[in-house]
Amino acid sequence: MEIGHNSGDHPIVARLQGVMVDLFPGAPRRVEMSARTVAEMIDELDRRWPGMGDRIRDTRPAIRKHMNVFVEGERARLETEIPRGAEVFIITAISGG
Amino acid sequence: MAKVMVLIGTKKGAFIAESDEARKEWSLRGPFCNMWPIHHFIADPATGALHGAGGNEWFGPAIWTSRDLGETWTHSSQGLAYEAGKEPVAAAWSVAPRNGELYAGVQPAGLFRSTDGGETFEHIEGLQNHPTRPEWNPGGAGLILHSIVFDPKDPERIWIGISSAGVFYTEDGGKTWEPRNKGTRADFFPEDQRYPEFGQCVHNLVRAAGSDRLYQQNHCGMYRSDDAGQSWQSIEEGLPSDFGFPAGAHPRDPETLFLIPLNGAEKGRFVPDGKAAVWRTRDGGRTWADLRNGLPQENAYFGVLRQAMATDRLEPAGVYFGTGTGTLFASADEGENWVSIADHLPTISSVETYVID
Repeated sequence: MEIGHNSGDHPIVARLQGVMVDLFPGAPRRVEMSARTVAEMIDELDRRWPGMGDRIRDTRPAIRKHMNVFVEGERARLETEIPRGAEVFIITAISGG
Repeated sequence: MAKVMVLIGTKKGAFIAESDEARKEWSLRGPFCNMWPIHHFIADPATGALHGAGGNEWFGPAIWTSRDLGETWTHSSQGLAYEAGKEPVAAAWSVAPRNGELYAGVQPAGLFRSTDGGETFEHIEGLQNHPTRPEWNPGGAGLILHSIVFDPKDPERIWIGISSAGVFYTEDGGKTWEPRNKGTRADFFPEDQRYPEFGQCVHNLVRAAGSDRLYQQNHCGMYRSDDAGQSWQSIEEGLPSDFGFPAGAHPRDPETLFLIPLNGAEKGRFVPDGKAAVWRTRDGGRTWADLRNGLPQENAYFGVLRQAMATDRLEPAGVYFGTGTGTLFASADEGENWVSIADHLPTISSVETYVID
């Protein structure tokens, strides 16, 4: 897996939960890449693990209602810009049942 | 000796119960599909693949697929989508194989087709373009396309059931559709509007073997159609209520149907009087017999959901149903005698069978 391969331009780190990586065997919890916005980050995750984009982003398009993406501690949207070197957390919201 | 698999979709993953053709000793495997809610779980006999239609509150819709009888799984929602800006697909509710193709019904109601075994899907837009579409209203589980019925002789003919838009029919492979609800009631509408063209809350739609006969369990009644759904006749007389969810067609005899009437939409949706029974007709719904041998006859407060009953193709036919309280009941003799073959599963959403010779 080409983790870290494309991190030169605008490096960031995407942090994935266990419940997410369980859906994509081989995906790590910590992914280095280059991405300037949350949308670009999701595109890159989907390029590496086809289908992962659909699990984070719906077809409106928007971040799924019960998924949270945090950039610098703030809930982000698709167009949110990611500072160089930032860690982005992709987390499932609390849900009942 | 044949292997019999009962495919069980639940609120928390899919399970497989297995036996031989005697259907006496059962083993259970699962949970599969990462504990996602699986609304419908089927086998495609042409490919041997298993497919689970699901939707997860966090991750959205997907069709799960196993090509090794449940050992390993993949999932996809590629193409299982409406155009940008529209309400996204929340979950897949039904999946049906035909001639190497796979059809999926989703929430909000729409029909999709896969020609690569569930890896990618294309939208059958004709249904979405039906002029009644803006007036479709959701039922209790949402606006869901839960029943997909094919004509084995004519690939262009498809019937679907949507809660609560009713039954729709195409004879051009999905390009154009027409409502087929004449004679079915909508008691939840004003008194003078209870037989509308569409808007009925069909709960489950099945095809009788070898004919143009259809049966449906509706929110408001049980019905038979002998003309491919152009008109429907009530078959409620002799049953303890007009309410229930699943309908089970016999694999060979078009006159035999299994239903599980519940006590009523607003009375808890339990088996009546705390006593479980499957009701069977051998004459197309004219008369009914209650089958109770082996089923709980006191303090039973469960329901059975719309896709949670199935028959197998053996002789005599097996009949299976799963309860909201996670028990799977089986009969190896067309409903005469019942045993529980799994007791503490999550809420059972669907039951289907797969017999491998």
